[in-house]
Amino acid sequence: MSTAKQPLQPSRLPAAASTGERPAQAPPPRTTVSPRSAARPTQTPRQIVGIRREDVLAVAGALASALAITGLLWTQLAPFTGIFGYIVVSWILFVLIYVVLVTFDNDRPTVRDRVSAVMMYSLAAVVVLTLLFVILYTVFKAAQALRHLNFYTQDLHTTLAAAPLTQGGVLHAMIGTLIEIGIAMAIAVPLGLLAAVFLNEVPGKLNRLVRTLVDAMTALPDVLAGLFIYATLILILGLGLSGLAAGCALAVTVLSIICRAAYVVLRLVPGGLTESSYALGSGHWRTVWHVTLPTARSGLATAVILGAARAIGETAPVLLTAGYTNFINVNPVNGPMNSLPLAAYVLVSSGQANNVIRGFGAAAVLLVLVLLLFGIARAIGGRGAGQLTSRQLARRMAASHRDLTRYANRAVPGQPTALPGGPGADYGGARA
Amino acid sequence: MRIAEPSVTQGGVAPVPRKITARLSASDLAFRGIARGGGLVVLVLLGLVGTFLFYRASQALHKAGWSFLTTQTWNPDGGGFGIAALVVGTVLIALVAVVIAIPLSLGTALFISEYAPRSIQRFLVSVVDLMAAVPSVVYGLWGFALLQWRAVSLSRWINDWFGWIPLFKVDGVERNATQPTATFYTSSTFIAGIVVALMITPIACSIMREAFSQAPQGEREGAYALGATRWGMIRAVVLPFGVGAMIGGSMLGLGRALGETIAVALIISPVYAIQPHILQHGTSSISSLIALRYAEATPFAVSALMAAGLALFALTLFVNVIAAVIVSRSRSGAVSEA
Repeated sequence: MSTAKQPLQPSRLPAAASTGERPAQAPPPRTTVSPRSAARPTQTPRQIVGIRREDVLAVAGALASALAITGLLWTQLAPFTGIFGYIVVSWILFVLIYVVLVTFDNDRPTVRDRVSAVMMYSLAAVVVLTLLFVILYTVFKAAQALRHLNFYTQDLHTTLAAAPLTQGGVLHAMIGTLIEIGIAMAIAVPLGLLAAVFLNEVPGKLNRLVRTLVDAMTALPDVLAGLFIYATLILILGLGLSGLAAGCALAVTVLSIICRAAYVVLRLVPGGLTESSYALGSGHWRTVWHVTLPTARSGLATAVILGAARAIGETAPVLLTAGYTNFINVNPVNGPMNSLPLAAYVLVSSGQANNVIRGFGAAAVLLVLVLLLFGIARAIGGRGAGQLTSRQLARRMAASHRDLTRYANRAVPGQPTALPGGPGADYGGARA
Repeated sequence: MRIAEPSVTQGGVAPVPRKITARLSASDLAFRGIARGGGLVVLVLLGLVGTFLFYRASQALHKAGWSFLTTQTWNPDGGGFGIAALVVGTVLIALVAVVIAIPLSLGTALFISEYAPRSIQRFLVSVVDLMAAVPSVVYGLWGFALLQWRAVSLSRWINDWFGWIPLFKVDGVERNATQPTATFYTSSTFIAGIVVALMITPIACSIMREAFSQAPQGEREGAYALGATRWGMIRAVVLPFGVGAMIGGSMLGLGRALGETIAVALIISPVYAIQPHILQHGTSSISSLIALRYAEATPFAVSALMAAGLALFALTLFVNVIAAVIVSRSRSGAVSEA
């Protein structure tokens, strides 16, 4: 906000100040030493980075007066109520007053710069605060249910809607979510990763076709995946509403997403690594298994985990395929199976006060699961292909050191040295 | 290459390129086979979704004919059914969402890439990613239980002052009415649009931010060297560089907004007639129709739902393809595509 460039003011230019004040009477010495002690106007460099006092004062002053004026309006002058209106009106007043304050000692471009900065800060704050608000509101509404231990250890099958929160829980939904997500991931992860490897490694006509289809299918609305499974597995094959059907629907939803994310990650593997692997004589399969996939490992894991986080929160496919039950059901092929997003949706829209709280409780548990997955993805991901953590690097170096000593010991005079091609041989690290 | 040739030909033998044949080992052949098989399975599976959708939809479409596009009611088992009202509702919700999400995502993206100190940049990127990871049902519950009651005063204010614009008109309420009018404003297109906006903001934002952060450093410093303020630099360098991503990101958000199901189904109350008043109680959308009506459906009604789903898929696919083309054609997209 404060590093905006000021137009240069000629009077402050350092060169202008330092000339003409040198003592003139002294005989010209052989070596000119600039007189350090002479009265030279002390120069302070113009501050171009960091925060200036004027900026802080303008913001603080505008904020204080905006809040005060709005407070006056709200409490004394006008019949306004509501915290939301208060915030909006004081924000508008703040911007106006700030503009006036900045206009006092700045030119037009600077004013525009300051106002746009205020806008950006405000918009970013709105986004962050809204997210915080949504999360905190969910947890806050759920707090009454989350406080009781039975919420995690019981299902709802004997619990009446109006029963106090000390009875009943969402254990059945938690179990159902885990089973469904397990089925979905068991289908979608191997297929998605395999297809991503295929897209990256085996060119051809089929490749282009698959890529186009995968790209197109990422646009498939999630409810249509549910409708597809409903119309095929349930209506035609007669499977019935079940956990398996829900798992399949979730798999269809996330398959294209995981495939596409994994494909993008694999494409980022540096060509030099795979080419040096080929140059050392390893085949296609060995290169993929020992170079491409390990290099992209963190990115692939991130893709999979984010896919799981996406699948775990999908409600629409589950709504159409899983059915709704208040019982614990651990058999995915038989009988309806509840899950957390579905429980949240159904319980809250039922409208019963205690059930609404239970629904928010289910949503809060779901949110915690998603946050957990997201945190794991952040912890292992966020690295480019081939970038190692310091521990991984140490392990690599130790491995290549071992390899080096092994080759040295094996290289008996008279016998040719075998080329290193075994598993775990690291071609990049061996150089180090 | 060319320079080296004479020395090779000195011996009098014309250079013939050595023929290199790659013979795949058994493991490589197996690998290719498995990979190709995986690709094929994905192709068949996803293709099946599309073709099945198309096949089942065609039964209903055959019966309804062109009236499918113009009928407003939804009554497949007796009487007509069509997507006129549904498409209008879907598109209006998505447009409200995009109109709200564009300034939010643009501002946040610019803030992250241009204004935020480096220390909180990473944190903010995580926050935006997290916002995309929050399940849609959580946003839906928030909108359903809190927002639609809080936003009534905003809706009423818009209606009081801008009610003369047909879009913001609400039938049945008088200005400064004394009777409680809150239920006229709940479950509206506007409320659903706000909630969907929160879901698509992170999508648009991350695409824009990536493009903005790739704006060339040399041009930025050139702008500063010419005396530009930070905003001047953004307008002259960053925004023109990221314009493709801005349009593309917004359209990807639009595509997502069109298909959003559960939050919309929670908030709106279904009305099967064209509802052009975005503040008025009740509207409809294709995805929420499917979520609300699948259970009571006979086989023919399922096929009618499939037809509606096909229309939705065509709509989202169209928007997404255009968005992808815009993102990849733009200068910024060219970098991120590689």
